[in-house]
Amino acid sequence: MISELEMGKAESELELGLGLSLGGGTAAKIGKPGGGGAWGERGRLLTAKDFPSVGSKRAADSASHAGASPPRSSSQVVGWPPIGSHRMNSLAAKSAREEEEAGKKKVKDDEPKDVNKKVQVGFIKVNMDGVAIGRKVDLNAHSSYENLAQTLEDMFFRGNPGTIGLTGQFTKPLRLLDGSSEFVLTYEDKEGDWMLVGDVPWRMFITSVKRLRVMKTSEANGLAARHQESNERQRK
Amino acid sequence: MGASSTLLMVSHGHCLLCLLFSVVRFIYIKTFNSFDSFRIKSLPSLPSLSLSPSLVLMDRRFPFKVLEHIFSFVDSNEDRNSVSLVCKSWFETERRTRKRVFVGNCYAVSPLKVARRFPKMRSLTLKGKPHFADYNLVPDGWGGYAWPWIEAMAARRPFLEEIRLKRMVVTDECLEKIAASFRDFKTLVLTSCEGFSTDGIAAIASTCRKLRDLELRECIVDDLGGDWLSYFPETSTSLVSLDFSCLDSEVKLSDLERLLSRSPNLKSLKLNRSVTLDVLESLLRRAPQLVELGTGSFSDELDPEEIAKLTKALSELKQLKSLSGLWDLLPEYIPLLYSLCPRLTSLNLSYATVQMPDLIDLLSRCSKLQKLWVMDLIEDKGLKTVALCCKELRELRVFPSGADLDETDVTLTEQGLVSVSEGCPKLESVLYFCVQFTNAALVSIAKNRPNFRCFRLCVMEPFAPDYRTQQPLDEGFKAIVERCKDLRRLSVSGLLTDKAFEYIGVHAKKLRMLSIAFAGDSDLMLHHLLSGCQSLKKLEIRDCPFGDTALLENAAKLETMRSLWMSSCFVSFGACKQLSQKMPRLNVEVIDEHPPKTRPDSSPVERIYIYRTVAGPRLDTPEFVWTIHKSPEVGVSRLSIR
Repeated sequence: MISELEMGKAESELELGLGLSLGGGTAAKIGKPGGGGAWGERGRLLTAKDFPSVGSKRAADSASHAGASPPRSSSQVVGWPPIGSHRMNSLAAKSAREEEEAGKKKVKDDEPKDVNKKVQVGFIKVNMDGVAIGRKVDLNAHSSYENLAQTLEDMFFRGNPGTIGLTGQFTKPLRLLDGSSEFVLTYEDKEGDWMLVGDVPWRMFITSVKRLRVMKTSEANGLAARHQESNERQRK
Repeated sequence: MGASSTLLMVSHGHCLLCLLFSVVRFIYIKTFNSFDSFRIKSLPSLPSLSLSPSLVLMDRRFPFKVLEHIFSFVDSNEDRNSVSLVCKSWFETERRTRKRVFVGNCYAVSPLKVARRFPKMRSLTLKGKPHFADYNLVPDGWGGYAWPWIEAMAARRPFLEEIRLKRMVVTDECLEKIAASFRDFKTLVLTSCEGFSTDGIAAIASTCRKLRDLELRECIVDDLGGDWLSYFPETSTSLVSLDFSCLDSEVKLSDLERLLSRSPNLKSLKLNRSVTLDVLESLLRRAPQLVELGTGSFSDELDPEEIAKLTKALSELKQLKSLSGLWDLLPEYIPLLYSLCPRLTSLNLSYATVQMPDLIDLLSRCSKLQKLWVMDLIEDKGLKTVALCCKELRELRVFPSGADLDETDVTLTEQGLVSVSEGCPKLESVLYFCVQFTNAALVSIAKNRPNFRCFRLCVMEPFAPDYRTQQPLDEGFKAIVERCKDLRRLSVSGLLTDKAFEYIGVHAKKLRMLSIAFAGDSDLMLHHLLSGCQSLKKLEIRDCPFGDTALLENAAKLETMRSLWMSSCFVSFGACKQLSQKMPRLNVEVIDEHPPKTRPDSSPVERIYIYRTVAGPRLDTPEFVWTIHKSPEVGVSRLSIR
């Protein structure tokens, strides 16, 4: 059960809003030679292998990258470089603005670079109705709405028997996105309006979202109406 | 600190008591002769007196009133803590006279105990979350709630005047409670706090009639609008410092103008970014007595007349010593600041994306500068100018601008810091972000500036060796700790082996706080540190390959420290259990998504936070924090009150 969870989470380790650093993988994922001693089946410690741009004596000979995450630069590690969040946000806002101003002057096909810049904006707050404590999710480490919904469902409606999720209930699959459950997922955009999640293309969503809220469907009626309206408009 | 460390060793019997007696007598004589205030710290070392039985009874000769008077000159809390250990009557006297209470870890002691112990408390300073929370390494909801403290103080210490909180969760209810309970409330300083909205601030503004300081530093605030400013009553004229630089929304200009006009004592004003440049002049005109100014955004287009007016208003600030804010500072507006430069002692340009040539123009005029925060856009050349012109510099922080990600040419290298260390004789505190470094540079820096008290180097590439020699940076940091005998705080980075930490353990005897990331080879690293650094109080480590053995061997050390944070290291759950059972006065908190019970004892935990406490395991842990129970049968408990 646990290994299943960990396997399933292997990709989303990065994203969980607990701000976990990139540790805690499974033995299967590690794939490092046992001769590394303490590096065996322990938590997945980041090593120099993960930073291939650095020519250190620890650079990997073994091609154990197969199962592991792609090489990352230092800016994709949680909490690194150690800059306070206010400063991070200010930097991110600045680079976002510069990108806008630069427009499409430079055609950059090195996607990873852009991701680097945006990494710092990644974490946004998520609150759920009825739950006192909010959480954070890293949007940049998700690729789609389904992905995000899955993470949120895991976060707020934890499946482990014996542990009580934040809401004190046991899981049922949530379906935050299709309106079939008690809760819907909404977000506040840059203009301060609350919208239903799912209306706009994913890329547009992550640039405009400020924070998320898991709202009771009953309260979200006004938004639902807007959602239907815009659907109708689109159909016309 | 000779006398106070002497005071600590009470167990060494009456020869010490006689030294104390001579200290006390010295103070007694001094105070009644000259009534000058001084500190025990500054006393020269006293010759030991010959023993006499009557000296042992000295505390009976000094009535409470005398002791009280003497202790009123003891300011530092460290000294007061020492004083309180001497004997019962000194403990009693000290606790009845302590006005400023500092609690470095809000979970180390219960609020009730603190409230009861210090009846004359006027000022309370608390720190909550571990330092690494600043970098998103502590999950949301971990703890650090201010409410139990506010509640306890409100009930028992209504004369409390000042509250300073750092990294704590403060709700609107907390703020409302403060406003309602403390009649003479004067000072609220919240640093890196979260959990409240502008409504809470409005409550403080409207109700605290004697409010002097309201400072929100880098807080995460639920910003519901700028109305809170209008809640300062028209009768309030007591404001001395106001800092709302971390808020987003606009405040009403007229409210701010009126507030400034009726606050003749206002010395420090830090605006937020949404205060635009065109209104700055009108604000400054109403507060020419400012000593500290944090501007808003500095980028609007002004017409020549407006520029002239603003220049004049700035030049009228004859007392201004500290300048910050300066968001989006445009190069063409830099000359406006020239009139301020000669008097400036503190300049924060870390949000101003100004390039090097313009920075040079500005900094070359700041000959009195003591504190400079700037971005790496300053480059080596700019730092050379600082080295030439700012001879009074004591603190330098160079932050990354992210420009290196763009591949634009920002040439900030290790040479910049070397220049400053050469040119600025008073430099004692550095925070430097740099892509790579060399041992030679570190050795030079250490040679130039043995007076460092705080040295934080962040080589941004993890595991980066000396880029010239490909060697680890061990030798460089060795030079730092060897030469800088007064080093209190150190952050290391780059490629480091266990050797580096052996050097630190051997030499850094006064080191109190150490931060480590991506370093070391084995348990030896931790062992060197815990067994060597005598003064170590706070140790925070991430992504280093060790844990169990060193931790268990040096368990006793942990009780002499405030806290230890380890994340993504190889500390097993079994070791945590053993440690907790061995050390009754430590809280061993395991912060892990998965319940430790469901995994074998040998599996590593994601993060641990260990701190000494007399309050026992805390009752407000969220579901991902487990405090290891002291008794082996219980194993892990998560006592929580929902």
